Amino acid sequence: MEIVSRPHVNNFIEWSKDKPEVVVLTADLSNSCEVGRWRDTYPDRFFPMGMAEQNMMGMAAGMAKEGFTPFIHTFAVFIYRRPYDQLAMSIAYPNLKVRLMGFLPGIVTPGGVTHQAIEDVAIMRATPNMTIFDTGDATEVESVLDVAQAVDGPVYVRFLRGDMPRLFPKNEPMVFNRARVLSDGDDLTILTSSVVTEEALRAVSVLKTRGTSVNHLHVSTLKPFTDPTVLEAIKRSKNGVITMENHSIIGGLGSAVAELMAEHAIGKPLIRLGLKDMYAHGASKNYLMKEYGLDAISLVKGVEELLNKSLNINEADLENVRIEDANSSAKVEAL
Amino acid sequence: MNAEIEWTEQVKKVAANIRLRGFRYVMQNNGGYLSQICSSAEMLAYLYCRGMNLGPSTAPMIPEPFKGVPGEGRPYVSGADYNGPKGPTLDRFIFSPAHYALPLYVALIEVGRMAPEGLAEFNQDGSTVELISAEHSPGAEVTSGSLAQALSVAGGIALARRMKGDTGNVWVMMSDGEFQEGQTWEAVQALANYKLDNIKVIVDVNEQQCDGPMESVMAIGSLEDKLNAFGAYAVDVDGHDIEAFDRLAQTDTKGKPLFILARTNPTKGVEIMETKRPTLHYLRFSSADEKASFQKAYDAMAQEV
Ligand SMILES: Cc1ncc(C[n+]2csc(CCOP(=O)(O)OP(=O)(O)O)c2C)c(N)n1
Repeated sequence: MEIVSRPHVNNFIEWSKDKPEVVVLTADLSNSCEVGRWRDTYPDRFFPMGMAEQNMMGMAAGMAKEGFTPFIHTFAVFIYRRPYDQLAMSIAYPNLKVRLMGFLPGIVTPGGVTHQAIEDVAIMRATPNMTIFDTGDATEVESVLDVAQAVDGPVYVRFLRGDMPRLFPKNEPMVFNRARVLSDGDDLTILTSSVVTEEALRAVSVLKTRGTSVNHLHVSTLKPFTDPTVLEAIKRSKNGVITMENHSIIGGLGSAVAELMAEHAIGKPLIRLGLKDMYAHGASKNYLMKEYGLDAISLVKGVEELLNKSLNINEADLENVRIEDANSSAKVEAL
Repeated sequence: MNAEIEWTEQVKKVAANIRLRGFRYVMQNNGGYLSQICSSAEMLAYLYCRGMNLGPSTAPMIPEPFKGVPGEGRPYVSGADYNGPKGPTLDRFIFSPAHYALPLYVALIEVGRMAPEGLAEFNQDGSTVELISAEHSPGAEVTSGSLAQALSVAGGIALARRMKGDTGNVWVMMSDGEFQEGQTWEAVQALANYKLDNIKVIVDVNEQQCDGPMESVMAIGSLEDKLNAFGAYAVDVDGHDIEAFDRLAQTDTKGKPLFILARTNPTKGVEIMETKRPTLHYLRFSSADEKASFQKAYDAMAQEV
């Protein structure tokens, strides 16, 4: 599997070249959010706002009213926690084209509880007019810019930074409100998002060798949540659905799936894997993913629970799996 | 030696040791929050050795592993235990700039409140000695990593203590970046309004933030002027002058909250840090050669102290 280092740095510079309406606002985390070089490239369009997130939301709103498209770059927590009122009233209510790029989604950081955005999706889903994307690899980090820019209203993006895998082929960009089908099957349906998808790919590849046919979807549009691919996958599943997300089980992907199932009267078991209504603490990503049950083995256990049988898969089996670029969703969909 | 000379010698020695141990740790760790160690060594040494009236630590010398987050029926160990018991005549310490955790932990070691082995737990999986302190981390009473929140909490503690008739003070340490947040000014407004002169704030005015010099990111102007205009008792001092801290700490502020604006040098004592300007927030080595020259600087410091 290809590991890409800091794809946003150059991609965003390239992407912004012919878009003079794009401006960047930061709250003293420019380098941490990979826009240090963007600042040096387009100094006239770059506005450091200091560590003052509430004011930054209002300033972005004002610029959007004047026809610019502000791309706010800061850590996810500092977008929806402290300045939520400003975000809701100055940006979301007037439906302004502000792009909120939230770095360090979920438990990917050792920064601890103050830096871990574990309820951001819940809050943003509850915010009218907001569109939400959750990136899962380098291809999505690159292609989410176009998807976001096409939305006529505020957009919140859970953004990855630093080294990340390229799980999806570069020529298969993210598509608005369309899940990627990573594995086809009908024993059960697994829906994953963010960094969890990489873990799930490992689990699913082993599950397949144990005679379990899995319909695995990677979801990158969390709001709206009206993708027919998702609904079909849930309907097809013989034994039920598992969601696994880098977020609280309340209000995120799992909740969105539960609502969808209830609204379509789909009476199947649903297991939601994620943070169980609890704050986390500071430690490495791998340690936390294990502690809070967001790793491959936790997914296998979820599958065993759903199927009510043991699959005899252990950590060693999962260690051995190397993830190749995930299969083209286009091909699967064409079936 | 008279008592006056004794305390200054002790504080200076502790400050030097904070720099030395902090620098050594940053070298072992291949980078870290070194400029905060440089700027805050004197203020932390002063607070723990002279400024604050604290009882002995009630926490284990080697910090316990992380047991869980606060919540009903869950055991939770407060990092405040390292600052001693609570008592009506004792001071409290509210540590606000949580990314200064490393200097705080090192200070706890140098004043004998934590074992040197505790530092081995820094930023390790399952440890309470977190990279960014939370309220289970040694020395921290408030979870303050989302900056500029702790001054308000300290204000509430100070207000409550006055109602209870406590005579102890509430000491707060802050960074200057926190004065960019609106909440800080809401807090100052409330402290002044309620005439909370039992609150004493010391600010590391190093004029630095993550993206570089504050002047290049978001200028804040004169903190002294602004704070005084807000009704505080704020005075600029040399941020490494412990006697100046002490004079202010002893001053009767006549009903106003005290702000000691410690104007510090973020490379103080580690000359080679100058080569990293303009961005000093987190030390990262750009090459093996650079690391080697920092190692040499450390070795020289170790010889001296
Ligand atoms: C509310 C909030 N916004 C942003 C951050 C990210 N952050 C961590 S440290 C820091 C720098 C602030 O400058 P200062 O506190 O003066 O620290 P120094 O660079 O001097 O260490 C920032 C912006 C944060 N922790 N909290």
